[in-house]
Amino acid sequence: MFLHEFQAKELLARFGIPVPKGRVAASAADAERVARRLAFSRFAVKAQVHAGDRGANGGVLFAKGPAEVAAATAHLIGRPLVTAQTAPTGQIVRLAYIEEAIDVDRLLYVAVTIDPTEGRLVLLASAAGGDDVEQAVSRNSAAMLRLPIVLGKPATGDELLALATRLELAPALAAKVARLMAQLVDAAIDCDAQLIEINPLAVTPLGELVALDAKMQVDENAMFRQPDLENLRDVEAAETGDPLELAAQIHQINYVRMDGEIGVVVNGAGLALATLDILGDCGGRPANFMDIRTTATSQDIAYGFGLILSNPRTRVVLINVHGGGMQRCDTIAEGIAIAMRGAERTLPLVVRLAGNNADFARTRLTASGLTVQEARDMRHAAELAVAALHKDAA
Amino acid sequence: MAVLVGPETRVICQGLTGRAATYHCARMMAYGTRLVAGVTPGKGGRRHLDVPVFDTVAAAASATGADASLVFVPPVNAAKAMIECIEAEVPLVVCVTERVPLLDMIRVREVLDGSRTRLVGPNSQGVLAPGIAQLGVMTTVNARPGRIGVASRSASLTSEVVAQLTAVGLGQSTTIGVGGDPVHGLSLADCLDLFAEDPLTDGIVVIGEIGGTEEEEAAERLGALRLAKPVVALIAGRNAPREKRMGHAGAFMSGRGGSAIEKSEKLERAGALSAPAAYLVGETMNQELSRRRNAAG
Repeated sequence: MFLHEFQAKELLARFGIPVPKGRVAASAADAERVARRLAFSRFAVKAQVHAGDRGANGGVLFAKGPAEVAAATAHLIGRPLVTAQTAPTGQIVRLAYIEEAIDVDRLLYVAVTIDPTEGRLVLLASAAGGDDVEQAVSRNSAAMLRLPIVLGKPATGDELLALATRLELAPALAAKVARLMAQLVDAAIDCDAQLIEINPLAVTPLGELVALDAKMQVDENAMFRQPDLENLRDVEAAETGDPLELAAQIHQINYVRMDGEIGVVVNGAGLALATLDILGDCGGRPANFMDIRTTATSQDIAYGFGLILSNPRTRVVLINVHGGGMQRCDTIAEGIAIAMRGAERTLPLVVRLAGNNADFARTRLTASGLTVQEARDMRHAAELAVAALHKDAA
Repeated sequence: MAVLVGPETRVICQGLTGRAATYHCARMMAYGTRLVAGVTPGKGGRRHLDVPVFDTVAAAASATGADASLVFVPPVNAAKAMIECIEAEVPLVVCVTERVPLLDMIRVREVLDGSRTRLVGPNSQGVLAPGIAQLGVMTTVNARPGRIGVASRSASLTSEVVAQLTAVGLGQSTTIGVGGDPVHGLSLADCLDLFAEDPLTDGIVVIGEIGGTEEEEAAERLGALRLAKPVVALIAGRNAPREKRMGHAGAFMSGRGGSAIEKSEKLERAGALSAPAAYLVGETMNQELSRRRNAAG
């Protein structure tokens, strides 16, 4: 689960990490009131979306005084912000964060994240903070320092100080950075964060540290022990930017909307990826990615199928099910039959069933009165789906 | 014979008394797996599925001589259950639990390091030695005993590939699901080692997908192994939806995962054959084995 910048900063502040003072606003009028109360000489007005690279894409504006803050907020809110890290259509901005604009001397980079290859948390630090950090590191990989974190044996103050010193900082500043690193690691472990990135970590002309931006992603699998963080979930700005995708999650379905015309229903993520590959090879374009989890009931599947029908782009549906040990073909057939009974439109259905209870599923589908084209294998299913689309177009 | 498990493998199940565990363990026993005990804290002394239930892994292992554990414990306690096995020095642990917190898995990996335990999973369908033993939740309908080893990140694609292999007359020595979570135990590369050493495995199928660096590691291992056995690779996700990225940190991970095509190419350079598509894995292996037979004969 991604947090907004303002939520992440509030959490980091609790661990002692210095952040600029600020408040969140949902409208221009709201922002003006906030700015009047905060009374800074210069403000940063920042679009709150779950994506980075906002600064380079007009998502961060600077303003002097409440009137300018209101104007900047009005400019951001209600519009999509497109960055390298959003979908091509961008994310609609619904909240702006109004904070004190900070004078900076230097920009550093610090982060804690999970290195899946090593199966560890790692602390990352670079003297080349800011939007260009990736470029700086791609030119010279030594520009990014790494320290593996062992949970059973936390990094000592000396180790962190040694790391901070390698950022070419004066001793007093290095000590501050080392302390901040320890706080960052504590925050990551305490919050079950899989990512906390402070970029940039500003050094002010007075030699103080300020986390100018913060990105934070909390492990979905740990939400059961992070009830306070669950309350921070912004459903409308879900990871995917698509509320339907979050709704699908609740129904044990991984759903991602795509640009094509062929709706795809598959059990299992790997098989779903493979189905999209074969569909592409046959000249078809998927309208979605859908992986039905093994825990989905026929009602969940009916919901998922309803999502596919409700996508106006979808003109053909390809169903590829390989019944496994946990999920049987007939559960999926049942779900599809339920969805089609309540559907407002019918679509050509291409079905490929194999594995556990495939025959039973066939009987189910036939008994429900649905017209389906049955495919021999995955390739055949993709071909039939593409042919059905062309027939539909003709 | 098979890797990891054999006809003598004595299996305990942690969480045996749960509903899903009961269902799957009954299937496993019907398949011929030697399930010798269950472990459910607080339920020691009972019997379930006609085997004794113990409070701890240590008690179950010492009473039954178990050498493998299937972890069927909910996410909240799954890491604790895995660590209990590692500390009791159970040689093989297979964890099917989905949604184990990442930090918990990092802790498990720290305990696993240098231990005598091999961990498969979590979020794995398990290990199947067709005709011999089933430790997991996979379907067995299309599996047949034979000489192809299958190592996979995807349970659904394993079912698909096993059916294809059987359809072309190739049985399987063992199928291993390494699990779908980013931090887990046995890797695809480790599976290559196991199958490389197994005299009863003649060919290896590696099933990967986008995300992570398992396939890159497997390619590296494969290059070092210089296997005489054919390896067929399938990497799913050439047309996957673009993954959303937050921040820069992901770009700084060591050997960060490449695209499906990059992964396939790395495996090819290391000596693997890429299956041209997911429906052609069985066919690709069959043709390669015949080609080699003809070349030799």
